[in-house]
Amino acid sequence: MIVAEAKPIKEILEMIDGLNRILVVGCKGCVTVCNVGGAKEVAILASAIRIAGKRHHKEIEVGEMTLERQCDPEYIEELKDVIGDYEGIISIACGVGPQFISERYPEVKVFPGVNTRFIGGAVEHGIWAERCAGCGQCVIHYFGGMCPIARCSKSLMNGPCGGSNKGKCEISPEVDCIWDKIVRKMMAQGRLDELLEIKPPKSWLTARDGGPRKMVREELVK
Amino acid sequence: MQDFKPKIIGFYCSNCASSAANIASKMKLEMPTDIKLINIPCTGRLEVLHLLKPFEQGADAVYIMGCQEDSCQYMSGILKLKKRVEHVKKILEQIGIEPQRIEVFSLYAGKGQDFINIANGIINTVKELGPAF
Repeated sequence: MIVAEAKPIKEILEMIDGLNRILVVGCKGCVTVCNVGGAKEVAILASAIRIAGKRHHKEIEVGEMTLERQCDPEYIEELKDVIGDYEGIISIACGVGPQFISERYPEVKVFPGVNTRFIGGAVEHGIWAERCAGCGQCVIHYFGGMCPIARCSKSLMNGPCGGSNKGKCEISPEVDCIWDKIVRKMMAQGRLDELLEIKPPKSWLTARDGGPRKMVREELVK
Repeated sequence: MQDFKPKIIGFYCSNCASSAANIASKMKLEMPTDIKLINIPCTGRLEVLHLLKPFEQGADAVYIMGCQEDSCQYMSGILKLKKRVEHVKKILEQIGIEPQRIEVFSLYAGKGQDFINIANGIINTVKELGPAF
């Protein structure tokens, strides 16, 4: 999933300063799963904004809405009948949501309520970790099913480096050395010899280095 | 400020805190009238939104009374709540509301006097702080 974290409420209040009618829009996709942008979080942020308004003796009308997804235009369309009632929209979806809303409703002020962090998963309740860098050319099958692009601090294709120490990365004792895990897993599977083959430098053309990305699947295009 | 009658919401669990309330009642101890008490099965049921809503409705303070950390009937209810209260304190601070307006207490089932003392303590704190809105 796309993992995000809530922006500090203080920052959000600064963004919407001067506006009296606000709509908080959540998303039932990834941000619901990582407990930052679903219906529950919409209600919490809306409540906090109302309390802040009350504290400063300002009447702020705060609407709440949670869309199925904010990364599909048909769901963004559902805002059509209500959006005119508000001076500003706070989207607490990942970075895609506020941009889709902004593109569909160019006259409306749109604010991001979360910071999008990474593509990852929940390793424990309340703890998420990065697993994918979205490089556009998956190579995890060479490395025991683990991604050195996303999980090695240097994105090494041939590791580990000299900074690997007792299974930890030199950047922090909190960070696992993924190359330590890769080597141990390949040993356990009797495939260590596969790591002796030097992997050539990775082409980053499919990653962000190739500029903004777009994908077209002709069989789906109407 | 002398006429200030604080609006305070007190949540208390059905186990230790409830027993303490019963003891207080049997001891004929008087509960301050400024507080609206709400009984809940376990403090772990209270979510962030439940703790914010009273403020949205104009409460000057919210406090919660639950079990001791090692004797929650549902194992970790009070521990979960304490983390949520810390989170709510941070939210309140960011919107300019004193974090002391929300507190959580662990009670012993047999200590009726504590149930009343905590209520009086909260009233004093709120009177010092003044109205929230």
